Amino acid sequence: MDFNQSADENLFDHARIIGKPHTRVDGALKVTGTAPYAYERHDVADNPLVGYPLGSSIAKGRITRMDATAARNAEGVAAVITALDIDELPRAESNVAKLFGGDIIEHYHQAIAVVVADTLEQARAATSLIEVEYEETPGEFDLDDAWKRLQDRDVVSHVGDVDAAFDSAEVTLDETYHTASQSHAMMEPHATIADWCDGKNMTLWTSNQMIKWTRKALATTFELDPANIRLESPYIGGGFGGKLWLRADAVLAALGSRETGRPVKVALPRSFIFNNATHRSGTVQRLRIASGKDGRITAFDHSAISHTLPGGSGEDAVNQTRCFYAGENRRVAHHAIDMNLPEAADMRAPGEASGLAVLEIAMDEMAEKLGMDPVEFRILNDTQVNPEEPSKRYSDRHFVECLRKGAEVFNWSARNTTPGGKREGQWLIGQGMAGAYRGAPTLDSGARVRLSEGRLIVETDMTDIGTGSYTIIAQTAAETMGLEMDDVEVRLGNSAYPAASGSGGQMGAASSTAGVYAACVALQGEITKRLGVGSARFENGQVVTDDKRVALRDVVPNEELVGEDTLHFGDFKDELEIGTFAAHFVEVAVHAYTGETRLRRTLTVVDAGRILNPVTARSQVIGGMTMAIGAALTESLNIDSHRGYFTNHDLAGYEIAVHADIPEQEVIFLDTQDGASTPLKAKGVGELGICGGAAAVANAMYNATGIRLRDYPMTLDRMLDRLPGA
Amino acid sequence: MTSTTTFEKHRESATTRSAVVLSINGQRHELELDNRTTLLDTLREHLKLTGSKKGCDLGQCGACTVYINGERVNACLTLAIMHQDDEITTIEGVGDVEHMDPMQQAFIDNDAFQCGYCTPGQICSARATLDEIRAGIPSHVTKELNGPIEISDEEIRERMSGNLCRCGAYANILKAINQVAKDQVAKERS
Repeated sequence: MDFNQSADENLFDHARIIGKPHTRVDGALKVTGTAPYAYERHDVADNPLVGYPLGSSIAKGRITRMDATAARNAEGVAAVITALDIDELPRAESNVAKLFGGDIIEHYHQAIAVVVADTLEQARAATSLIEVEYEETPGEFDLDDAWKRLQDRDVVSHVGDVDAAFDSAEVTLDETYHTASQSHAMMEPHATIADWCDGKNMTLWTSNQMIKWTRKALATTFELDPANIRLESPYIGGGFGGKLWLRADAVLAALGSRETGRPVKVALPRSFIFNNATHRSGTVQRLRIASGKDGRITAFDHSAISHTLPGGSGEDAVNQTRCFYAGENRRVAHHAIDMNLPEAADMRAPGEASGLAVLEIAMDEMAEKLGMDPVEFRILNDTQVNPEEPSKRYSDRHFVECLRKGAEVFNWSARNTTPGGKREGQWLIGQGMAGAYRGAPTLDSGARVRLSEGRLIVETDMTDIGTGSYTIIAQTAAETMGLEMDDVEVRLGNSAYPAASGSGGQMGAASSTAGVYAACVALQGEITKRLGVGSARFENGQVVTDDKRVALRDVVPNEELVGEDTLHFGDFKDELEIGTFAAHFVEVAVHAYTGETRLRRTLTVVDAGRILNPVTARSQVIGGMTMAIGAALTESLNIDSHRGYFTNHDLAGYEIAVHADIPEQEVIFLDTQDGASTPLKAKGVGELGICGGAAAVANAMYNATGIRLRDYPMTLDRMLDRLPGA
Repeated sequence: MTSTTTFEKHRESATTRSAVVLSINGQRHELELDNRTTLLDTLREHLKLTGSKKGCDLGQCGACTVYINGERVNACLTLAIMHQDDEITTIEGVGDVEHMDPMQQAFIDNDAFQCGYCTPGQICSARATLDEIRAGIPSHVTKELNGPIEISDEEIRERMSGNLCRCGAYANILKAINQVAKDQVAKERS
């Protein structure tokens, strides 16, 4: 099915199931612990061997010698494969850091060996018997140093005349900010069971957000025909971008299986998630804003730096500044600087999460300089077109409504406007807000639907990383086919199924449901053909034409009817800006003596097109906001700038938000539909929640204390000397 | 720079195995285990009870929470051979798809999870949290140490903070626990 123009009124505008609250169809499996995650597949690989990785203990250099004799002779060990045993594996397009093989070390905890043994205990103990000698070369690990050395501006985009606009501006802001490197820290470590026993046909039961991409990456890495590679990833214990790519767990399991002729399973130890896998790069950002006294922004000038291994793209924190607010003159520059840290790559809302964390503080500072309410300042500078390219309009943008609705529900007008001016006992109380923007991309998505005995099975390689894909896909199929939820079974995450968008870039929900809709329409065509009728309606489990009603189970008894199609998104979308928008409102209490910051309540108002399921969408938004609270207050991968690695590589040292950190969270969805997005008029919300959330917390802290912090995470040591105390 | 690491001593201890009898979900299991095997790996690998999850293997995430003689424990932090004759209950013993525990149902009703990986541990901790409050065991936020402890949002959040959820379902988990607490009180009164 081609989607070549904006959707008109259609069945989803009169929906029974789409857009209605529905608890997760996979809920019972998850609460009983019976949903099978990758490492737990005793059903597919009985008694596999266990692989345990060894990571490099230097950040840069080369391995000069490895001796695995003792490890090979250890009890239970079936094989040891060291990096010196094989040539460097070819790198897939999507991999920046090398995954295995050869003597060159690019980063700390790069996998340099895998021990395969009967048990985890044996494999783990034997890795410590491997002797390694290195030749270490100095690396670069300090982003602030690199920022100071920056000379030429690598301008991404310049519209108008920014320098002239600042020269003539009545009000200007010029500040520098830091965001920290962050880890996805998903609860399920990367894990894979590999069966490559014959060295030809490879099957992986893995935990991966992107079946199609990862199959391709495996084909490149192992020089295989993709047809000989099978992947299953039906349940994924969190991803957040960390499982978009082929990683060392899959590579080491596959190598181990080929070597031993047995299935091998590998889970990355928790410490490997931080230094072997990918992370979000920290940034240094300088942001300048110019405006008239009336509060109309005349110029933005945003430059940022982030780190990456050579060939990567770092964390592009300036992107949203190009299009979120009005202003005729704008310049952005992003410098991705080569450093010898582990691979910086996509983490939830890559770019925007860091960029809006800064832009939305700057907007707060600018509003204060202007003496304006920060909500009104944003409303004044709203735009309905891309300000860099005014002929390109937003397909459906209700950011102003998000701001107004949020202010009303939060009772924003009643807030204390004097920073540091409200106190309850030992606590300083503050309120803050921020805007949120994230694009709404879509990717062509396919699905297959199989109708038999009135029951429908949906098959697509789309994944569910906790996002609710199983549920919204069942809703889409039930709605389109006129069935009930109980009549539909959804099967996901398998390379044997038609390729969908996968889960990433908050495009999965919108894209994959559109693909399922296309497949259902194909099935409808097959059904009407079999019945010899023209057009028909599908309702109450029946096919309805002007003169007859046939139950779906009776269309062709004892035979399965199949519909398969891919939804292709047309070029007309390129002429539009399609985005999602939100406004966050936050109340905090900051301890007047210690600086301890406690969240009191959060409100997020969302404009993201049709919300397919308000239950699962709400969870996505509060989950994003929770991650934003972590980013604001505690999360930071701390770099040992001498040895070049993240020192706090466990869940005690890397502090994500816990129960005690999270208050009541309210979410309001505006009733919007964006026909330019998909036939369902839906857009994603999976990343919108984290966008701007950290800045809302930061702005509330400023309102509470009168102390403006510009460096994340906003820990108490940054303000302790300036707190009022008694 | 050159660095070399060897840990020869590991080799000598690596062969030691012990027999142990574990009682899990009311069922007796006679096992012979490598002494180094955690209770968690015994459950997941040897007994194929994979409902208890391995998130960190360091006692930092709570995904492996089980009950040992009625008290919640991180199964990754204890060796199986330390639990001869102990009564161990895992999520599989709490309830199955056909016979769910009220806490499991409350988690579904309140969408108290997303990816589901921390969920069995959250549910085990959630049930223990209510039991511990009722038993008068104080927490860091308990204000009055004499007399019964009130079930409050603050108490629940504090006692649940050893169970991490990266999907950020905390606000919904709190609702689920409150729902069960309320139902329990109503049941006691009737």
